[in-house]
Amino acid sequence: MLEVRNLHAKIGDKEILKGIDLVINDGETHAIMGPNGSGKSTLSAVLVGNPLYEVTEGEAFFNGKNLLDMKPEDRAHEGLFLSFQYPVEIPGVSMNNFMKAAINEKRKYQGLEPLNAAEFLKLMREKRKVVELDSKLANRSVNEGFSGGEKKRNEIFQMAMLEPKLSILDETDSGLDVDAMRIVAEGVNKLQTPETSCIVITHYDRLLEMIKPQFVHVLYKGKIVKTGGPELAQQIQEHGYDWIKEEIGEE
Amino acid sequence: MGSEQQYIDLYKEAREMIFSHAPEPMNVVRDEAFEHFVSSGFPTRKVERYKYTDIQKLFEPNFGVNINRLQIPVDPYETFRCDVPNLSTSLYFVVNDMFYHDEKPKGHLPEGVIVGSMRDYPELVSKYYAKQAKTSEDGITALNTMLAQDGMLIYVPKNVKVDRAIQVINILKATPQNAQRVVPDLMVNRRVLIILETNAEIKILFCDHAADDRNFLATQVIEAYVGENASLDLYCMEETHHKNVRVSNVYIDQQANSRVNHNVITLHNGVTRNKLDLTFNGEGAECQCYGCVIADKQQHVDNNTLIVHKVPHCTSTELYKYVLDDKATGAFAGRVLVEHGAQQTASQMTNQNLTATKEARMYTQPMLEIYADDVKCAHGSTVGQLNDAALFYMRQRGIPLKEAKLLLQNAFINEVIDHMQLEPLRDRLHYLVEKRFRGELNKCTGCKLCK
Repeated sequence: MLEVRNLHAKIGDKEILKGIDLVINDGETHAIMGPNGSGKSTLSAVLVGNPLYEVTEGEAFFNGKNLLDMKPEDRAHEGLFLSFQYPVEIPGVSMNNFMKAAINEKRKYQGLEPLNAAEFLKLMREKRKVVELDSKLANRSVNEGFSGGEKKRNEIFQMAMLEPKLSILDETDSGLDVDAMRIVAEGVNKLQTPETSCIVITHYDRLLEMIKPQFVHVLYKGKIVKTGGPELAQQIQEHGYDWIKEEIGEE
Repeated sequence: MGSEQQYIDLYKEAREMIFSHAPEPMNVVRDEAFEHFVSSGFPTRKVERYKYTDIQKLFEPNFGVNINRLQIPVDPYETFRCDVPNLSTSLYFVVNDMFYHDEKPKGHLPEGVIVGSMRDYPELVSKYYAKQAKTSEDGITALNTMLAQDGMLIYVPKNVKVDRAIQVINILKATPQNAQRVVPDLMVNRRVLIILETNAEIKILFCDHAADDRNFLATQVIEAYVGENASLDLYCMEETHHKNVRVSNVYIDQQANSRVNHNVITLHNGVTRNKLDLTFNGEGAECQCYGCVIADKQQHVDNNTLIVHKVPHCTSTELYKYVLDDKATGAFAGRVLVEHGAQQTASQMTNQNLTATKEARMYTQPMLEIYADDVKCAHGSTVGQLNDAALFYMRQRGIPLKEAKLLLQNAFINEVIDHMQLEPLRDRLHYLVEKRFRGELNKCTGCKLCK
């Protein structure tokens, strides 16, 4: 699915990623944890091609294709999805029009005919159920005036609509109450198939108890410094990161 | 001074001819207008309300003026098909600056309503003509008044409501079909007089089109009198081409409890200057002024408004939005003047602009001048770029950059279009604006000749 080798990236003059190696196979779920400012969000941003970041070294392949050569929209068409930590409000663009454009652009890329209005609305209806999203949101502007929980649910709804191969959830659990977190986690689980993979970026193991990752990575100062199973997330929850810093020879 | 001389010479040489081809009420004020033009000349950029458009330069080239009122043979119904679907209008044409007479029946106008040439209604015209549009105060108005030889009169009597919108197509055409010789570029001087008596109601849509690939210079003066409790919807849409210069002055007088919707839409143009002077002369009146500008290449659009609250209890709302691409220049200067004693005035002025490139320029100047102490007035303006975060968010969902930009620009301009009351026009504008942003609307869509 995804193969990242020695990835370095910077924003402005500040180097943030300092050599990331990461392999994700089909059907796997990986969690990425790490202290604030360690580069978790940067990693997700670089993978989806945010132009604010510049890759200075390394490679990334997505299903055999060179990811770093692709435009962000083509990465999306290839099946890469990012659930944003801070979903963007787009006044004046309705959810309906937004999703219709997204779906049909993807279909165009795949050489398929665009969905007609009826097919599209049916799809919207179906997928809304995944995250129990209010049907009224369809006519509202994208994320405008949505509550924090609605925004995150809306991200998972879009994920359901676009059926990506690899989803990156960037702190999708932050700011959610327990019920919303359950809805989001269940939504993500429903969308999991043996052919899809997922990267979950989080600070807490609560989400990871519901979305069960096979691998947990700790990102620190732009590098993956430790990899383990689900038990690693629990250890971090209990003991913090100091012991890992000590392990790698830091105070 | 410089550009004026050719117009002064023209007037001196052709005065008799101008008079002989024009109706009496227009001639009565002509010499005075000429004197005012001679003494004031064209406004320079040092004149506050003209600081963003170089009028002198626009009037410098040598244009032909059709003083002898030669008919340019054209069948506007053939030339022009305005395809605003579902918009059933009473259709009229002004070819260059002449009202186009035809035999087609206009039976659907309610009794007493007049839509016609000023020539045919001297009594009404003389009562209102050139009263609001003071030639002493504006060089453009003076020039238009001294050269205009025909005009359009729209009159709605007391208590009459005109349901069907009046659509007036201003066609610019310099070359007769199958012309054997080269004709000069054309200057036209349009004139419109709108009179709404008490309780009258009408919707009027003016569409400017160029049917020739020539240089045009169009001056226009619209005077509107909106009586007590009357309602006027006035739409001015320009869809010409880059060789067109339009200088328009609109004057509106609102009486008590009247309502005015004034909408200016510039989709395609060369250089456009729109001035609006609106005065509340009676209490309880309200106006809404909306402007929508899309400009690219070297296009220039300058909207200048003055709203005078002379009396208490009036409400004015202004929203002007611009999208500027390439090296386009936009200007908006709006002034709301709340005079002494005009208490309980409510006024909101907003100007928002998108500049898509570093070369695009926007000048914005919202102004409030208040001499009353119990009013609610606000004004604001913004100039910015498309939101990068939103663009990236959309691209991450698979929407290509170009489409994403389009969606955002559309969303931006739709806010102003959605305020427009004439529903079929609104739908049509959504469509036209989208086509415009896609670059598919190179000239006007309506004219066969441009295709």
